[in-house]
Amino acid sequence: MSILTQLMHKSRSKSPSLFHLNTGSCNGCDIELVTCLSPRYDVEQLGIHLEGSPRHADILCVTGPVTRNTLEAVKTVYAQVCEPKAVVALGSCPASCNVFAGSPVIEGPLSKHIPVDVYVPGCPPHPDAIINGIARAAQILADRGVRPESKGEAQK
Amino acid sequence: MNASALINLFLFPGLLFAVPAGWFFVWGEHKAVARMQRRIGPPLLQPFYEFVKLLGKRTPSRHGIEADLLRIYPALSVLSLLGALALLPVFPASLSFSGDGILLVALLELPSICFILAGFTSGSIYGEIGAIREAVLSVANNLVFLLAIVTLAVTRDTFRLADLAGPTWNPGHWIGVLGILLCIPAKLRLNPFSTSSAEQEIYSGPLTEYAGAALGLWKLAHGLEWVALTGLVAALVLPLGGPWWQHTLLFVAVSFVQVLLLSAIAAATARFTLERAIRFYWRWAAILAALAVLSAIYMRFRA
Repeated sequence: MSILTQLMHKSRSKSPSLFHLNTGSCNGCDIELVTCLSPRYDVEQLGIHLEGSPRHADILCVTGPVTRNTLEAVKTVYAQVCEPKAVVALGSCPASCNVFAGSPVIEGPLSKHIPVDVYVPGCPPHPDAIINGIARAAQILADRGVRPESKGEAQK
Repeated sequence: MNASALINLFLFPGLLFAVPAGWFFVWGEHKAVARMQRRIGPPLLQPFYEFVKLLGKRTPSRHGIEADLLRIYPALSVLSLLGALALLPVFPASLSFSGDGILLVALLELPSICFILAGFTSGSIYGEIGAIREAVLSVANNLVFLLAIVTLAVTRDTFRLADLAGPTWNPGHWIGVLGILLCIPAKLRLNPFSTSSAEQEIYSGPLTEYAGAALGLWKLAHGLEWVALTGLVAALVLPLGGPWWQHTLLFVAVSFVQVLLLSAIAAATARFTLERAIRFYWRWAAILAALAVLSAIYMRFRA
């Protein structure tokens, strides 16, 4: 690896920007994600920060079981996050639809619609687990770079 | 073009000093706010890592005149701020010409205009709202900023930056410096004047549609803005003379003290609504600034 590649690898793993997307979550996981920013957990010391626009983000944090209303939003926001990107599914809902499985208005699990890199199970997951998941996603992001299947297509 | 101008532009206080200093000041602000909230805060190299990371992002493909404009605005901001930094009268022998104070004000204003235009060009509704807010706020704080510069100029009877630098006993000088300090939070879009990039209301304001290297340049421009504005105040209050290394260290120290002060204000205040921010500048600060200009003119005529 050349020095420039190493520098890019390090920079990607050291400054992941998050975009938080709620796809019909009960707010439990959302509250736990926000807790990670609070003084007790303080993810900023790992360089992790929450961004307002998906264009600025590297990691998409999805909570909720993907309801029918939010499906289009999930696809749009995923396309708006620029490569290289990673997806973290927070909580049991995006992983398995949890107690909502089988409901006619649920389109989950999340992996049916977009590729998921890290699952953080729990209802809701502990903030430590969320931080661990995000740190792993940042590592995956840095190791992989631009996703091989999206190398040819233009960014939307 | 002589060597001194090139040194000002590329070495100190230009490119080679200002870019790392800008990252350092941005880190200082984040760290200070974090410490005040009893957090640990980001590591020292965080702004640098973020810049490199953004250079490696793939950006959305855009075509036509908007695409070019959206690329030109951040580059123009960075260049104009580098020009403004080169004009700063840090050393007594620095290259200065008659009326360069006016050029400095224009170069400091250009990034704000680019920021507004970027918001309108991006076509995003959040960008447009942010651009309107920034435009209104810029008109409000520039009134005070220009009056402060005029107060300084009337006090010393010149617009030449080399003659404006350094402290005097004249109260007009200190009122002018205070006026500039009052405008810095609005120019840097810090709390309580962060209405134009209010992330809880309008995402990232004019920068909502930006990604990748162009966004990195905007962040770099923000860092340079920190160095230029705090550096202007530092150049105005620092006594000239002494060995160059001592003067440079003092310059950086005074700038960094301002960073800490502004961070403390940002951490302790909530965001003003647009109306309140304008009222602050037009009603209170502008009256004080107008009185300062009038008293400076009066004292000159009496002398």
